[in-house]
Amino acid sequence: MSILVIAEHHNGQLAGSTAHVVAAAQAIGGDIDILVAGENVSGVAESAAKLAGVGKIKVADDSVYAHQLAEPTAELIAGLADDYSHVLAAASTQGKNVMPRVAALKDVAALSEVIGVESPDTFLRPIYAGNAIATVQSSDALKVLTVRTTAFDAVEATGSAGVEAIDATVDNTLSQFVDEELASSDRPELGSARVVVSGGRGMGNGENFKLLDGIADKLGAAIGASRAAVDAGFVPNDMQVGQTGKIVAPELYIAVGISGAIQHLAGMKDAKVIVAINKDEEAPIFQVADYGLVGDLFEVLPELESKL
Amino acid sequence: MKVLVAVKRVIDYNVKIRVKPDHSDVDLTNVKMAMNPFCEIAVEEAVRLKERGVASEVVAVTIGPKAAQEQLRTALALGADRAIHVETDDKVESLTAAKLLKRVVDDEQPGLTILGKQSIDTDNNQTGQMLAALAGMGQGTFASEVQVEGDRVQVTREIDGGLQTVSLKLPAVITTDLRLNEPRYAKLPDIMKAKKKPIDVKHPDDLGVAVASSLSVLKVESPAERQGGTKVASVDELVDKLKNEAKVIA
Repeated sequence: MSILVIAEHHNGQLAGSTAHVVAAAQAIGGDIDILVAGENVSGVAESAAKLAGVGKIKVADDSVYAHQLAEPTAELIAGLADDYSHVLAAASTQGKNVMPRVAALKDVAALSEVIGVESPDTFLRPIYAGNAIATVQSSDALKVLTVRTTAFDAVEATGSAGVEAIDATVDNTLSQFVDEELASSDRPELGSARVVVSGGRGMGNGENFKLLDGIADKLGAAIGASRAAVDAGFVPNDMQVGQTGKIVAPELYIAVGISGAIQHLAGMKDAKVIVAINKDEEAPIFQVADYGLVGDLFEVLPELESKL
Repeated sequence: MKVLVAVKRVIDYNVKIRVKPDHSDVDLTNVKMAMNPFCEIAVEEAVRLKERGVASEVVAVTIGPKAAQEQLRTALALGADRAIHVETDDKVESLTAAKLLKRVVDDEQPGLTILGKQSIDTDNNQTGQMLAALAGMGQGTFASEVQVEGDRVQVTREIDGGLQTVSLKLPAVITTDLRLNEPRYAKLPDIMKAKKKPIDVKHPDDLGVAVASSLSVLKVESPAERQGGTKVASVDELVDKLKNEAKVIA
């Protein structure tokens, strides 16, 4: 078996997610190559070459791959895929944008958000927002997967793979990059943060969400919210954690003033450690919390911030 | 410009799902079904394009059993002009759905095809991208803003860490994310009117697509139950446990 891992990178830096995808590739077993597609990506290729267990880094450095638009990137990957049994990428917005397009170009199925490898053709993936886990077998000669990075521990940076430029340019007449507006916040992105602090309807209003800032600063956490808090207009929808929002699986999830509706639990119950702070001791969130603290969040939050 | 909008019948997002005792699938017997929330956003966007005079006609399409006509009626009540039902009782995977939709796109020649970014049952997030590939079109996935300008569409996309704007040549495929719009509710007179709007029923055979899949679901299980329920008495105890027991903070 031979596996092609698609490197994820931003602004000339290899994204941490790639080391997790390589770990998923190791779980499948076989030779592992990494594709770095982009413009001016020699630094990314150098970083990728250090990932343990990788045979070769293939570099497609061309202006058509700048911003890694789906149309040319998928065409590039589809052109390389015949040499591989598996093509893997992170289940990031980038991976999810490109990989189904690759699969369709190769006339094979795609498997999204893989969280476990049973065998080279059988994988575990969550359905119904993680309320059920499906074991799915693929009979395609080529398996196209996106991998939930939190489900696989990153490989070490102890390798020294060879780097090889590939001359594979394609035309893109379908799409153009216009601009990019990355959140200026110093906070990590909700979907990949190691710690997430979320507020619910118990926060009372949007202003009170500031009480979470200090704790998030100390923990290097992203800030999320329940659907109830979003529906009440406290915070924008992109902060929503839940079945209809973001699915997160951080090491630590702190739920503040969140009762624990099913739709919210679906978005965060894969967190390694869950802390719940709520004044209602009957709140369902306590049933899934590793550490529950019954109390008034307006007293608990300042105290917690001072003691972290 | 015609806009095609694809909708899917799924379990209502408020329903707690149960896995069947034989682990073959999720039990959908007597469960409340609804239009997939991301598809509602797709319908809303299509209708708004028509209200702004950008779209001349909105055609809703679904793939699924007879009962899926309910969701088409909802789309019609929300403002779609007519509907196409690709009727099948078989389980349709993303690639097959994309092939069926590609045939509908060939027939209808829409300027834009709008889909939800994913359905909340299988959570695949694939069909729009696959349709775009098969149709040879550009794709604006996870859209939070859509602007048609001449023969191009500018799509602002929700990406990890921010927003990216791309310009696509029309015809193109768009998949919706949460912030694109807030779907309206259907009004009673519109629901009554929708009953008279036409639904064209086709079968996968008519479209020359075999409903087959290379994926087989071997089993479906409930996720491991969390062993929660431990309470701490104070903030001090909480911080101590997080440091020394869970070891998730330094």
